[in-house]
Amino acid sequence: MADAPNLPASQPRGVTGSLGAISFRLSTTVPGIICAGIEKGELVVRTTRDRLLPLMAMLRDDPLYACQQVMDICGVDFPDRAERFEVVYNLLSVTHNHRIRVIVTTDETHPVPSVHQLWPAATWWEREAYDLFGILFTDQPDLRRILTDYGFEGHPLRKDFPLTGYVEMRYDEERRQVVYEPVDLVQDFRNFDFESPWEGILTLPGDEKAHTDRHDIKRKG
Amino acid sequence: MSDVTLRSDTDIPDSLLPEEPDGEVKRHVVEIDSHALNFGPQHPSAHGVLRLVLEMEGEVVARAIPHVGLLHRGTEKLIEYKTYPKALPYFDRLDYVSPMCEEQAFALAVEKLLNIEAPDRAKWIRVMFAEITRILNHILNLTSFGLDCGALTPALWGYEEREKLIEFYEAASGARFHANYIRPGGVSRDLPAGLEERIANWAQTFPQWIDDLESLLTSNRIWKQRTVGIGVFTTEQALAWGFSGPCLRASGVPWDLRRSQPYDNYDKVQFNVPVGRQGDCYDRYLVRVAEMRESVKIVNQCLEQMRPGPVKVQDHKITPPPRREMKRSMEALIHHFKLFTEGYHVPPGATYTVTETPKGEFGVYLVADGSNRPYRCKIRPTGFSHLQAIDEMSRRHMLADAVAIIGSLDLVFGEIDR
Repeated sequence: MADAPNLPASQPRGVTGSLGAISFRLSTTVPGIICAGIEKGELVVRTTRDRLLPLMAMLRDDPLYACQQVMDICGVDFPDRAERFEVVYNLLSVTHNHRIRVIVTTDETHPVPSVHQLWPAATWWEREAYDLFGILFTDQPDLRRILTDYGFEGHPLRKDFPLTGYVEMRYDEERRQVVYEPVDLVQDFRNFDFESPWEGILTLPGDEKAHTDRHDIKRKG
Repeated sequence: MSDVTLRSDTDIPDSLLPEEPDGEVKRHVVEIDSHALNFGPQHPSAHGVLRLVLEMEGEVVARAIPHVGLLHRGTEKLIEYKTYPKALPYFDRLDYVSPMCEEQAFALAVEKLLNIEAPDRAKWIRVMFAEITRILNHILNLTSFGLDCGALTPALWGYEEREKLIEFYEAASGARFHANYIRPGGVSRDLPAGLEERIANWAQTFPQWIDDLESLLTSNRIWKQRTVGIGVFTTEQALAWGFSGPCLRASGVPWDLRRSQPYDNYDKVQFNVPVGRQGDCYDRYLVRVAEMRESVKIVNQCLEQMRPGPVKVQDHKITPPPRREMKRSMEALIHHFKLFTEGYHVPPGATYTVTETPKGEFGVYLVADGSNRPYRCKIRPTGFSHLQAIDEMSRRHMLADAVAIIGSLDLVFGEIDR
C-alpha cells in the first residue's frame, strides 16, 4: 500500500490501482454487498441496511481499508423508487489515501442502523439526514432536528416539499411577537421546463436503431 | 416621568433583591451547583450565530451543547431549483470568508461530471486565487482569534492587509467578496493587465507582515497562557470526529488534500505541509501561520509558471462566448442566450469532489440526472464536524477557554448552517 501523504503527485486523482483491487476484493469476499464498482473514478459500494454495520466496522478496522474518517453522510431522495431514500456515506482513509462511498437505501419507515459508535462524527450527519429527509436511524440517542427552525414541521429536502415551504415568519407589531403564517406569494413560483422538444425525446418512435452501435449488433449476432 | 416603563421592580423575586444590611458582616458558604449558560447567538465571540448552551459548574464547562441552523437558508434546496451556472454564486455565500475555494469545489465537481478540463492558465489562476483566499481566511481567523483572547492590534493590522487581497479579488472578478469567478470550465475572465505585477509585489512584502503578526502573538506570554494546552485533541480523536484541514494537521496528521489528492495544478507546485504535535489551540494557530507562508510561496510559483492562454474551455455550450464574437456571430449569440437561460445539461452521474479549503475538506456530493439542474447537491461543510466536537474539546475547561477553542476552530456559520 502506498503511503498516503507522499503519493507521487503525477498520479491521476482518485484512480489508483489499489481502488480497483479494493472494489474487486469487496465484491468477491464480503457478504451482503449488492455491488461494488468504480464510478467516475470513485469507489461506490452498495449494501443493505442489515449488513451495513458489519461492513462499516470492517471498513474502519481492517487495515486493508482503514477508513478512519467518515467525512460525510447525506440523503438523496428518489420519490419514484420503492425505497425512496439513498443514504450515502463518504469514508476516507488518510493512511491509504482512498475514499470509499457506501450507499444504502431506505424509506420513511424503515430505520438505518446508526454508525455513531464507529465514528462519533456521524451523529450530526445523521441528525441532518433526519432533519432534512426524515430518514430514521436506530440506536442514535440524539436524533433531534439540527438545521431547521425550532418547531419546524416537515422535511425540506424531500422532493415533494415545495421550495417556498409552507409557513413564513414575521414580527407582528400588535402581538409583539414572532408569528408564523402560511406562505403568501405575490407571484407563483415559476418553474420553467427547459426540456426542448428536440432534445427531450432522445429516440423518436420508429427510430430505435438510430442510436445503437453497429458493433454491438454484430457482436450479438 | 417617561411614558415607557423600563422595568417594574415588583416582578423581581425576593430572592434576587439585595438583602438589607443589618449591621454586622455575615460570612456565607456558597455552594455552586451546575447551571446552564446561554452563549450567543448574538455574542461577538460566537463568530456569527452560534448558540452554545453551556452547562457550567461554577466557571467550569461541564457540557457544551451547540445549537446550529440559525443561519440556515436552504442552499441545497435552492440549488436543486437552479441551473448549474446559477447555482455557483451560492457557494460564495457559504463560507463568506473564503469564497473562491468553495467555488472551486463546485466547479471541479461539475467538470468531472461533464468530463471536461479547464485550460492550463485557468488552473494556475485558480490555484493562485485559492491561495490568496487561504491567506484572506487565515488573516481573519487568526486576528479575530486574537481578538477573542484580548489582543486587539492583530485585527487592526489584519484588516489592512485583507483589504489589499480583496482588491485583487475585485480586480479579477469585479466583486470584493462574492466573486463568482471560478466557473465550471475555467474562470470567468482573464486577469486584467498589471494584476500579476501587483500580486507579485504584494507577495514580496507579505512575509514581513506575517513576521509582524508573529511578533505580536507567537511568543506573547498572555497569548500562550490562553492557548497552550487548551482544547487538546489527540490524533485519534481528531480522526474519529471527522476533522480536516489545519485542525487535523495540528493534531499530528500530515494530511493535505492539495498534496495527497491534488486538483488543478497543485501537483506542479512545491510547498510544505505544516503539522502540529500537541493538537491544542496554540498548534492550530501555528499551523495556520505556517500555512500562510506556504501560500505565499505557491502564489509566487503560480506567477512564475503562468503563461498566456485561454482561461476557459472553448466549448461555448459550457462557457459564454466573448462579447466581441457575439456582435458578429449569430451562433455565439444563441449560445450566450441558451447558456444564461437554460444552462447546460450534465450527463447523469454522481461525484463526491473535495478541495482543501482554508478550513479543511470542503466536499460537494453532486448527483446529476441529465437535466440542466443538479438533482442533489450536498455540501459538506468543514466547520460542521469541528463544531460538533466542541463538547468533547471544551469539557472541564474554563468558560474563557471555550471562547479560545471556538476561535481556534475557525467556524463560519454561512457554511455550517448552509
